[in-house]
Amino acid sequence: MEDALRELYQEVILDHGKHPRNHRHPPEANHSARGYNPLCGDQVTIYIETDADGRIADAAFEGHGCAISIASASLMTEILRGKTEAEARQLFDDFHRLCTEEDFALEQAGTDDQDALERLQVLSGVREFPVRVKCATLAWHAMASALNGGGDATTE
Amino acid sequence: MAAASGAAAIAAGSNSTLAFDVERVREDFPILKQEVYGKPLVYLDSGASAQKPTAVIDAMREVQETCYANVHRGAYYFSQHLTDRYESVRKTVAGFLNAGSDQEVVITRSVTEAINLVAYSFGAGLSAGDEVIVTEMEHHANIVPWQLLRDRTGIVLKVAPIDDDGNFLLDAYEALLTPRTRLVAVTHVSNVLGTVTPLKEIIRLAHEAGAKVLVDGAQAVVHGKVDVQDLDADFYGFTGHKLYGPTAIGVLYGKADLLKEMPPFQGGGDMIRSVSFAETTYADPPLRFEAGTPPIVEAIGLGAAIDYVNAIGHEAIAAHEAGLLAYATQRLQQIEGLRIYGSAKEKAAILSFTMEGIHPHDIGTIIDREGVAIRVGHHCAQPLMQRFGVPATARASFGLYNTRAEVDALARALEKVKELFG
Repeated sequence: MEDALRELYQEVILDHGKHPRNHRHPPEANHSARGYNPLCGDQVTIYIETDADGRIADAAFEGHGCAISIASASLMTEILRGKTEAEARQLFDDFHRLCTEEDFALEQAGTDDQDALERLQVLSGVREFPVRVKCATLAWHAMASALNGGGDATTE
Repeated sequence: MAAASGAAAIAAGSNSTLAFDVERVREDFPILKQEVYGKPLVYLDSGASAQKPTAVIDAMREVQETCYANVHRGAYYFSQHLTDRYESVRKTVAGFLNAGSDQEVVITRSVTEAINLVAYSFGAGLSAGDEVIVTEMEHHANIVPWQLLRDRTGIVLKVAPIDDDGNFLLDAYEALLTPRTRLVAVTHVSNVLGTVTPLKEIIRLAHEAGAKVLVDGAQAVVHGKVDVQDLDADFYGFTGHKLYGPTAIGVLYGKADLLKEMPPFQGGGDMIRSVSFAETTYADPPLRFEAGTPPIVEAIGLGAAIDYVNAIGHEAIAAHEAGLLAYATQRLQQIEGLRIYGSAKEKAAILSFTMEGIHPHDIGTIIDREGVAIRVGHHCAQPLMQRFGVPATARASFGLYNTRAEVDALARALEKVKELFG
């Protein structure tokens, strides 16, 4: 098996793809949005509950998709908890660079949460598979859309 | 049309017969010598777009190098010469479909445009409450134009069902036909399930009810001989690029008496008789429906593609593909957890499948690295995906240049997918 494929389909990805965390619809959610990939028909709905201080108290998702998009959604919902909206957006920005920029180093990131970025690094294998970047970022697009007031997000 | 079942079909599909030598055919397609990631290209996506033989590539180059000009306009030699060649493609297409006359052949840019043309121009004669029937297994190109028409005029869109094997349900379809049914828009071969629809019966029943029939033949003309007069089809569309021809060219066959009554689709040059600011009169069909400079070079390419397919012969192609389909079906069924969608009684060489616990998109990415190119996704048939309760499938579609060794390569690559996913 080729190295690029092993790099893409790491154990963590396969595990989260098969057993996604936070795959549910929390009744307390006060933000939600649907993310849609017109290319393959995959879709995820992101649910976010923010508390009185504007921090993310809970994040979850429902939907179907490939191993990459489901693992990414699963990891994202774990990582977002406790973050402010601004921190969540910053992390998306860093994550996007991680997935697209060949020479992106974690020290260049805008986020203070290096641990989170290190966890997300398992998805950086998509850099070798440009058509799959959309799979990795689908949930994040939907998250940003949910925080912006909802509606549908697409990867187009 | 190729029927693939039983041992006889498998025997018929050995790579080479007296009539058909697949290795010789492969020599006609330069791209098949390419490698992907250091592996020989195994191209199993002809249902999305087929590769081009040298004959097509050369014909298009020759026109552009030696006699290119616009058509239907010039008083000079090249323009007249190329107009003659362009119009001779109309005759080639008419012969290919056994149309009654070449004046029943409209050149379009795609089968999508052909269907939109009918939805617009034939649709102009429909009014609120009139009914159009489509089927559950239509491509988006044969759904959305009718929804647009529904939004414009208030027609009623009905959907004829299929069974779990992908067979078209004639009785349920017959029950949908009413005196208000004006058109049935149906595929000849499903691009996902490979189902060959019982067109003659569909058309006969529609005609009994007073409705016309438009056939999406994009997948069908590739796999077998089509005779629009024998079918008694009112409209029949197909596209060049799936028939080993170029992109950006399609065909709409329409019965002369129907085309004659239809208003223009797009306005522009070539489709008029005379223009003044007070009044414009339109050309007779088919030119009435060919506004603007047509896809001239592509038409020459399409003519070459049809000549190529005719020279090999539909029967030989159908037998080869039926054998491939039977072999691939048998080979893939041996893979544990693999499910095939579509086992209609009559089926073309298209094989959709899923693998348990593995998304088609992941399958596509992994086997790509083995050099195997297949389509993954919803195949522009989302209602059909919903019908089967899956977001997507993987699809291998076979052309006249595919071999059993390539089926084996696909099966081996799929085993690697399983290995990776554990």
